[in-house]
Amino acid sequence: MTETSDSDGSNGGDRVDAAEVEHVAELARVRLEEGETEAFADQFAEILEYFEALDEVPDLEREEDLVNVMRADEIESGLTQAEALSNAAETEDGFFKGPKVS
Amino acid sequence: MSDEYDAFITEETIEGDDEGPLSGTTVAVKDNISTAGVRTTCGSEMLADYVPPYSATAVERLTDAGATVVGKTNMDEFGMGTTTETSAFGPTRNPADPERVPGGSSGGSAAAVAAGEADVALGSDTGGSVRCPAAFCGVVGIKPTYGLVSRYGLVAYANSLEQIGPIAGTVEEAAEALDVIAGPDPNDGTTRDPAEAVGADAGVPEGGYAAAADGDVDGLTVGVPTELFEGADERVVETVEAAIGDLEARGAETTEISLPSVEHAVQAYYVIATSEASSNLARFDGVRYGHRAEGDGNWNESFAETREAFGAEVKRRILLGTYALSAGYHDKYYAKAQDAREWVRQDFEDAFADVDVIASPTMPVLPFELGESLDDPLRMYLADANTTPVNLANLPAISVPAGEADGLPVGLQIVGPKFDEATVIRAASAVEDR
Repeated sequence: MTETSDSDGSNGGDRVDAAEVEHVAELARVRLEEGETEAFADQFAEILEYFEALDEVPDLEREEDLVNVMRADEIESGLTQAEALSNAAETEDGFFKGPKVS
Repeated sequence: MSDEYDAFITEETIEGDDEGPLSGTTVAVKDNISTAGVRTTCGSEMLADYVPPYSATAVERLTDAGATVVGKTNMDEFGMGTTTETSAFGPTRNPADPERVPGGSSGGSAAAVAAGEADVALGSDTGGSVRCPAAFCGVVGIKPTYGLVSRYGLVAYANSLEQIGPIAGTVEEAAEALDVIAGPDPNDGTTRDPAEAVGADAGVPEGGYAAAADGDVDGLTVGVPTELFEGADERVVETVEAAIGDLEARGAETTEISLPSVEHAVQAYYVIATSEASSNLARFDGVRYGHRAEGDGNWNESFAETREAFGAEVKRRILLGTYALSAGYHDKYYAKAQDAREWVRQDFEDAFADVDVIASPTMPVLPFELGESLDDPLRMYLADANTTPVNLANLPAISVPAGEADGLPVGLQIVGPKFDEATVIRAASAVEDR
């Protein structure tokens, strides 16, 4: 995991500045358009301040009973290769073709 | 067909079987629910040309029951919004007042039904996205118990919260569609058989959910939670209180209750939903399906460039979720949101020890004017105050028209215990019978 807190390592500061928005956008692999970084920084500050109220929530044990759903591991028919590839921007020899790795 | 309110993204027909309980019924399907051979865009540029090779279970069940799909409806991009204005295909207008939003995110589905362009519609409800547009457009919307309806073929936004649900002009029609789409599906491991989950005495009544729409509320106890009325628009409160008063006149008993946890529901919802979204939407990398940017950068650069095509609200939620899950913030936001979710669940469970259903306004506000809330995300999020608690608690709920205020529709929300759709439907049918 990547440290996203301030460079002094403290987690207390909830200031969200443009640099922090840029950093999170990089983690999420989402390029932002011009102007979005600043707008998001202001909006995130407001939204995160609102989220602060979660501090008042008591610690709770989960009580709901959950059940596992199992099934036999059997071969079933699925999509054909042509169907699976039908929406890809680029394919080669029956494979998806992605961007170069480096 | 003229699409006066821009309710549809794609108008294409999928014929249903010749015979079945829904034979002759037209259905509009929200555009995040897969339809084989008919493009499914999620209201996003990212999937503008995506044509699913298979159909969602809910769609298969509708066409097997004789219904004809008439088109794919407009929606907030990936279901992220409360107004249908974040769609890459432009906003849908509210048939009740074309200068106002139809609500969201299933705004196209509710508008199509309200405008008479389809008998029934499918929406999806992650934090209120079926109930909100039903309330704003003056129609009926059901958010089923988590696990009643298969999510197979629903493009995921926040999978621990969302359910596909029907929208229709009447409670009975919505219940008929629910009868068809409900039930376990081997392709969705979170589906349950209600009889197995809560016992044979609850669950599906004889004659199906539609048979429960009999208007008989004599002896029913209705909890009225003060927290879901506080802060709501006075005109909404008056209209909803009048509808609850009419239930009393028909033999229901109302009692004031308190759900202190719901004060934290919107925060918990947005932390959990954006966190799940940040993971779910990682799949849109332009390799297997969807938009792909032209650039010839490396893997990481290419993904980031491709994903620039998400709209602002989707980017906002992916980033908020990435932030909430990142090191140093996970315990502060995500873990506390899970505590809040459990608190909300327990709060409702305790309340249902004393009452049969819980009634409140569906939306605390009247429909926004177009453009009014688009640049103020927090204001839009706060409008979800009454709907998000239901998703956090996995419960069934319905929005039924309570009347009008200033000529605009107002919705009454009725919430029931887990898998007790029948009681919720019964109570709602009494509201519309008035």
